[in-house]
Amino acid sequence: MTMMTPPPSGSLPAGVGSVVAEPDASETGVGATGLDLARAPQQRGLLRRGWEVFAENRLALASLGVVLFMVLFCFIGPLLYHTDQVHTNLDTSRCSPSGSHPLGCDGVGYDVLGRLMIGGQTSLEVGIAAAVVAVLFGTLYGAVSGYLGGVADSFFMRVVDAGLSIPYIMLIIVLSVAFHPNRPVMVLIIASFYWLGVSRLVRGETLTLRTREYVQAVKVLGGRSPRAILRHILPNAIGTIIVQATFAVADSILILASLGFLGLGVQPPATDWGSMLAGGLQYMQSTQNYWWLIYPAGIAIILTCIAFNFIGDALRDAFETRLQRR
Amino acid sequence: MAPLLRVEDLHTDIRLKYSTVHAVDGVSFSIEAGETLGVVGESGCGKTMTALSIMNLLPTGGRVTSGSIKLDGTEITGLSEEVMRNIRGNEIGMIFQDPLTSLNPTMTVGNQIAEAVRLHREVSKEHALERAAEVLDLVGLPRAKERINEYPHQFSGGMRQRVMIAMALACEPKLLIADEPTTALDVTIQKQILELIDDLRRRLGMAVILVTHDLGVIAGRADRVAVMYAGKIAESTGTGTLYANSRHPYTEALFQALPDKAAETRERLYSIPGMPPDLTHPPAGCRFAPRCRYVQDRCRAEEPDLRGETADHVFACFFPVGAREREDLKISAPPPAQEVATPVAPRANGQVLLAAEHLVKDFPVTSGAVMQRRTGTVSAVADVSFAIRNGETLGLVGESGCGKTTIGRLIVGLERPTGGAIMYGDRDLVRSRGREYRRQRRAIQYMFQDSYASLDPRMRAGAILREPLEVQGVGSRRDRVKRVEEMLGHVGLPQTAVERYPHEFSGGQRQRLGFARALMLSPTLIVADEPVSALDVSIQAQVLNLMRELQREMGLTYLFISHDLAVVRYLSNTIGVMYLGKLVEVGPADEVYLTPAHPYTRGLIDSAPVADPKAERAKVDAGVHGELPSAIHPPSGCRFRTRCPLAQEICSVVEPPLQPFGANGHRAACHFPLQTPSEAEGQQV
Repeated sequence: MTMMTPPPSGSLPAGVGSVVAEPDASETGVGATGLDLARAPQQRGLLRRGWEVFAENRLALASLGVVLFMVLFCFIGPLLYHTDQVHTNLDTSRCSPSGSHPLGCDGVGYDVLGRLMIGGQTSLEVGIAAAVVAVLFGTLYGAVSGYLGGVADSFFMRVVDAGLSIPYIMLIIVLSVAFHPNRPVMVLIIASFYWLGVSRLVRGETLTLRTREYVQAVKVLGGRSPRAILRHILPNAIGTIIVQATFAVADSILILASLGFLGLGVQPPATDWGSMLAGGLQYMQSTQNYWWLIYPAGIAIILTCIAFNFIGDALRDAFETRLQRR
Repeated sequence: MAPLLRVEDLHTDIRLKYSTVHAVDGVSFSIEAGETLGVVGESGCGKTMTALSIMNLLPTGGRVTSGSIKLDGTEITGLSEEVMRNIRGNEIGMIFQDPLTSLNPTMTVGNQIAEAVRLHREVSKEHALERAAEVLDLVGLPRAKERINEYPHQFSGGMRQRVMIAMALACEPKLLIADEPTTALDVTIQKQILELIDDLRRRLGMAVILVTHDLGVIAGRADRVAVMYAGKIAESTGTGTLYANSRHPYTEALFQALPDKAAETRERLYSIPGMPPDLTHPPAGCRFAPRCRYVQDRCRAEEPDLRGETADHVFACFFPVGAREREDLKISAPPPAQEVATPVAPRANGQVLLAAEHLVKDFPVTSGAVMQRRTGTVSAVADVSFAIRNGETLGLVGESGCGKTTIGRLIVGLERPTGGAIMYGDRDLVRSRGREYRRQRRAIQYMFQDSYASLDPRMRAGAILREPLEVQGVGSRRDRVKRVEEMLGHVGLPQTAVERYPHEFSGGQRQRLGFARALMLSPTLIVADEPVSALDVSIQAQVLNLMRELQREMGLTYLFISHDLAVVRYLSNTIGVMYLGKLVEVGPADEVYLTPAHPYTRGLIDSAPVADPKAERAKVDAGVHGELPSAIHPPSGCRFRTRCPLAQEICSVVEPPLQPFGANGHRAACHFPLQTPSEAEGQQV
């Protein structure tokens, strides 16, 4: 935090900020103020400078820590903390937290801490994979639609409108009943509707970028559409796309959770955080307080989703070249 | 009598995240009732911040740190927001640069003005609306009573600015602050608005502070002028004195950078080197010293006071222009750059490089979101023919909406013409497709108006310059890098620029970068669309000089599109004047400028502000009146007839053909030209 960061140029009064010296200044042997073009910029990679902007956002750093912790917890955790997550054991059904079961056991006697780990594996894997698939496809679809414009755009977007007009919870329920819901199928089911929203956003962004002069400049140079889309439109829409992608991860985890909650998620003995929550809710009305059946899974979902959202915000700033300092 | 407004030693700071900008640094001036004070200077020198300090409308982080602002003898700095609200709009009115964003699009203009009235006067809604109609009438809005029920989008740019002025005047303020009131408008409308402000000042006895970057605008309107530089006043005096006898080297340099005077001799323009200092850390000593031609050691060490031989001509310089100290020290300007004059390439010996033949471009007007029905046609370019010879510059001028930009875009292939041909050599560019089309793109390149918008913000300068070569598959990777290095040298950018992003350059440097990109494919023709209109006058001079130099070195041909006649005249061999999609006059630059044949050209020349108070005040009633008609329903016959002072019956019936004047290819399309046409000769220019 010792260096000076120029704020976005738009908010500056003209003539102030990190504008470089006019070349004519060298003719008269006068060095103007501000950054000097004659000084070679430090050779630092794009990622490095992006990271510096990202790291300035404390909340994002903490969120990154949370996500890293979740990943380690879910994937390394089971190697250190061995539990039987395949065979039910009614002897330990709903047992309270104790030395051998730090977070107690659930209705069929699985250890909750261990279950949280393997459930988290499903949630994180499906969440991230579904987000990647949805964002990649949606981005390409939206960018092409927006760039082509006219009739093609109308057609592409009516398809999206049609998709969005189907109540998604019904669509997903039908799909998850029709197919045996394992992880890859869950990924495709969630992605199959999530891309619609992404494509709309990217298309909107493309529509404004398409008329920018630097995209038109490619045309003047004799360049083709793929270059305009891949080299100019998508990199400039990256802020929107990245934010959308991180939100997509959080949303996918939530959708998976709601499917699990409805009993339509991955099938036992596999589980995810949503299914765990659903299992716990069965005992909500019970006179006993089975808090360990609800809070661990619920908190894991909330923490992960919030963390991804904060990371998204910070990534958008990190990808903004104007915020990067030399 | 105490002055209406007295600003004394005003300091305004703007706190940013990591630094503080000292935007206004010790500015003092006063203004009497009924007087116009002009404030000029380059962008970023504190003009607007001074105005906003008076209004107490500073942006976030902005604060008047010391000094006093007295309105009618009452101190207004440090007043509470509530009291200040009462002064704003009531005692001091303000108009801003962009009339489109200053009006609420969801309210009728009548209600907006009425709202301003009711904020300050306890009157009924009906009375307020009556007042609205009254002030709209005052600012020259035709049928004001009916139009108060219309929304801002139903008004043209000039009319919107009139509405803004009406709003500022609704409560009869004693002081009107006009911040670049005409910068977004065409010269013809600019003249009308400036005349309106002047007229209202006289009738209502207001004082006016006219903030502008344009020395021409000030010349005819202001009684006194304050030249600002880097948050301070550099020179302040009566308008006549300033223009006849400017003493500060900065003022002198500003005048010399104007293309108006150099247009006759075609000399290299004087450009002020460097750029205004960063006001977060203002330099010690004279702030202009790093850019001054006459700089001495003393200037770098001490800061000069604002003083002068007489009380009404003060300037902050130790060695003012024409002072005795200079002779003692033998201070003189360093010899001007190598070549004195760049003569224009000889005319009429070049081959015709590009010819537009009966070019037509119509844009459909559609309505309805899904089923786009075609409801009309905008006739953007209507049967325009011209030819550009090798190594020459054709300048196209006209108001916005006259089709000059569309012609540029047609030629570079961004739009396809509805009819006509663009002949490049013996091939028609309109009819080429595929590979041939892509190859032809190399020869004709485009220079955009806004260099910032035309450079991809996520690409470094090196990648931006390499892109044309990659697109066209020219050379190997190493060749391309080498070519980029050469080109940076040509346009006067250092080699280290390749690593930088567009936002890290200044406006002038970005325009050089845009120019360099256009040159990467070694084109023969460059279409430059308003390449200098977004730049300050000193930076504009740098870019114009560069364009002239490279034209000579590389044998380039330019199609130069601009609304600024002085700039076009300075750069062009031939000028074409466009009006509402028609080429109304074309001919050798000086002939068209000095002896125009078409009344529109005459009006355009008279409308353009000239940095000469005498000339400016002389042309009181000249200029083009009214506004550009809609291109959806262009007038029948001669399209200019609705605004033409000479129009008669025939003009609305018969469209005038281009007819020759003299032997130099000077032609104009008018039934009642300002000079007698010569007998019909050869049809070619």
